[in-house]
Amino acid sequence: MSKLPVLHFPHRHLLGIDGLDAADIALILDLAETYIEQNRADDKKRTLLRGRTIINLFFENSTRTRTSFELAGKRLGADVINMSVASTSVKKGETLLDTALTLNAMHLDALVVRHPESGAVKLLAEAVNCAVINGGDGSHEHPTQALLDALTIRRRKGRLHGLTVAICGDVLHSRVARSNIALLNIMGAHVRVVGPRTLLPAQISRMGVEVFHDMARGLADVDIIMMLRLQTERMHGSFLPSIREYFHFYGLDHNKIARARPDALVMHPGPINRGVEIDSAVADDLDRSLIREQVEMGVAVRMACLDLLLRANTPMTEH
Amino acid sequence: MPATLFSNARLLDPWTHLDQVGELLAIDGRIAAIGAVPSSQIPADAIRVDCRGNCLAPGLVDMRVHLREPGQEHVETIEGTSRMAVAGGITSLVGLPDTTPVIDDVSLVEFVTRRARKAGLVNIYTYAAATKGLDGSTLSELGLMAAAGALGFTDGTAPIADSLVMRRLLSYARTFDQLVIQRPEDPRLAEGGAATEGEVASRLGIPGIPAAAELILLERDLRLVELTGGRYHASLISTAAAVQAIATAKTRGLPVTCDTAPPYFTLNESAIDGYSTDARLSPPLRSENDRKAIIEGLKNGTIDAITSDHAPVDQDEKRVPFIAATPGAIGLETLLPLVLGLYHRGEMSILAALRAVTQAPAQILRLPVGRLAIDSAADLVLFDLDMPWRVGRSRLRAAATNTPFEALPVQGKALKTFVAGRLVFGFDA
Repeated sequence: MSKLPVLHFPHRHLLGIDGLDAADIALILDLAETYIEQNRADDKKRTLLRGRTIINLFFENSTRTRTSFELAGKRLGADVINMSVASTSVKKGETLLDTALTLNAMHLDALVVRHPESGAVKLLAEAVNCAVINGGDGSHEHPTQALLDALTIRRRKGRLHGLTVAICGDVLHSRVARSNIALLNIMGAHVRVVGPRTLLPAQISRMGVEVFHDMARGLADVDIIMMLRLQTERMHGSFLPSIREYFHFYGLDHNKIARARPDALVMHPGPINRGVEIDSAVADDLDRSLIREQVEMGVAVRMACLDLLLRANTPMTEH
Repeated sequence: MPATLFSNARLLDPWTHLDQVGELLAIDGRIAAIGAVPSSQIPADAIRVDCRGNCLAPGLVDMRVHLREPGQEHVETIEGTSRMAVAGGITSLVGLPDTTPVIDDVSLVEFVTRRARKAGLVNIYTYAAATKGLDGSTLSELGLMAAAGALGFTDGTAPIADSLVMRRLLSYARTFDQLVIQRPEDPRLAEGGAATEGEVASRLGIPGIPAAAELILLERDLRLVELTGGRYHASLISTAAAVQAIATAKTRGLPVTCDTAPPYFTLNESAIDGYSTDARLSPPLRSENDRKAIIEGLKNGTIDAITSDHAPVDQDEKRVPFIAATPGAIGLETLLPLVLGLYHRGEMSILAALRAVTQAPAQILRLPVGRLAIDSAADLVLFDLDMPWRVGRSRLRAAATNTPFEALPVQGKALKTFVAGRLVFGFDA
């Protein structure tokens, strides 16, 4: 039985990066580091969260995030149940709050929630007694994605402070972008956004970013290129004339990467649209692409988040 | 009905610029004397109301109220609306036609009038739908419904987007000298939006509606007013640019008036932070610059009237994610204190502030109310100008509790409300 120090994480839920400070973020990343080796070992399972129940409540299709959270919970010894609720049936039947109250009566320890509408996870968190992790709400936040991106960058570059990160593409519909902009600002990175004006939110410059509409300029001398998925499913009406034109101006290929620093790395939250926002040759370039590493870090970061929320402020003692 | 003598009252009447301590005598539901009432004129059995120096003003005229009856009585009935109205010092109100069914037929205009009479507390009038079933294309029977008592024509919250329909509506309404009321917002620009486009909406990930959506439809309408000469009233003006456009139109002599509602001069877009669905309004709350411009527009008279835009929403429609929430806020009981807030903050004189909720709407609607004049109806509100209180859901009389002003400290409270000389509300401290 190894004794760990008391970890102070003064939050009941993880609803967004907004609300966290640099110390909170560093704590999550440091704890996540300790799980990376465990996840690579043959015996991946620990019993820290034995007896705890976690439900992954997904109102939106997801394979990657849900699987990642499921593995994270199970590797810490918790019981994990996946619930998928087709978003179209929500309006007809039970309301979001009814669903929350029903689950709450089952004495859960944590709920991981993804919902197509901004703010829905906060609404749900106000109605339950357990910890709630935002697994992505509408175009608002996806905090664990930003945290896993930060962990990936920190391991490769050794720091976040002072790096220049370009977030490219469909920022308007992207919760990943909002969480990353918030996190990178808190950690002292320089953030740029690059995209056509129809895909950038109004007054984005007030969120602490430098705005570019030209990839060549936006990528000049950056350390990290974060590509975003073009979220055609969230687009109502025409934001772009064609995929062909979009790829021509904003798709990431080796020509455009040449403007960045020689050691610049490429990230993407996935799932990637090959030939839409990113060229296959870039996505698969082992020297450049961190895409698979991001997925690996995702499990470790989610383990850290579950661990902190479920055992926060108690001595971190191994069972 | 016995006569009533109000004594020791601070008589306030924007119409006649009256602001003096004195008496007011009401006989048979009408005002019989104002100022110093000779004792010979006072009937022996007159009820005497000692106003103790509080303000006695014309009852408020609220020209924009969402009635939920017929169709949504579980949210609010006409009777419930009446009770809230008189508790807020309102003695005349006009309902919007977007009920279920839509008020687009003579019989439905008569239904509302009949139900209101049954509740018997407050004068309730109704607008009628400008287009059949609010379809935005087929003109409804304006002439017949006007004859049945409809005070004006509007599609309620749905703006009339089709330029040709709007042109014909203004033209046809002019034939009968009727008022067309529009809440201007370009529906395509606003589609899917739930907040004013800008930093707050961007951070929250809420689809935005550009402030220009209001101006674009308003400017088109103003051109059509110029073309047709129809009387036009823009409702719920909420942006600086729209105030400017109205001011220009008035300078050019167009038959144009407008109103706004308390949220637009009291709150700004930051009220939606934390996804507060009670602050989800239509039009959405605007920037601080817009809020200031609305106050400026009220001060210089560009904005004529203030309405409550009272819109009760069932909590099931508010306790949902922000974008899915039904827009609207209740406002009958907070109208008077929030209008008085303009006076308390030194932004308007007491008479100018009251004019926006009495004389101005009465003139726009051509109703013989909203004034202290001999022989006009004794529709009166006695209010304490200074009484401090805090808006609280539990203290309001509404069945619905969707107020964006929860916990807001306000000053001013209706103490007694009289309709046609009859006491319809008394405040128990």
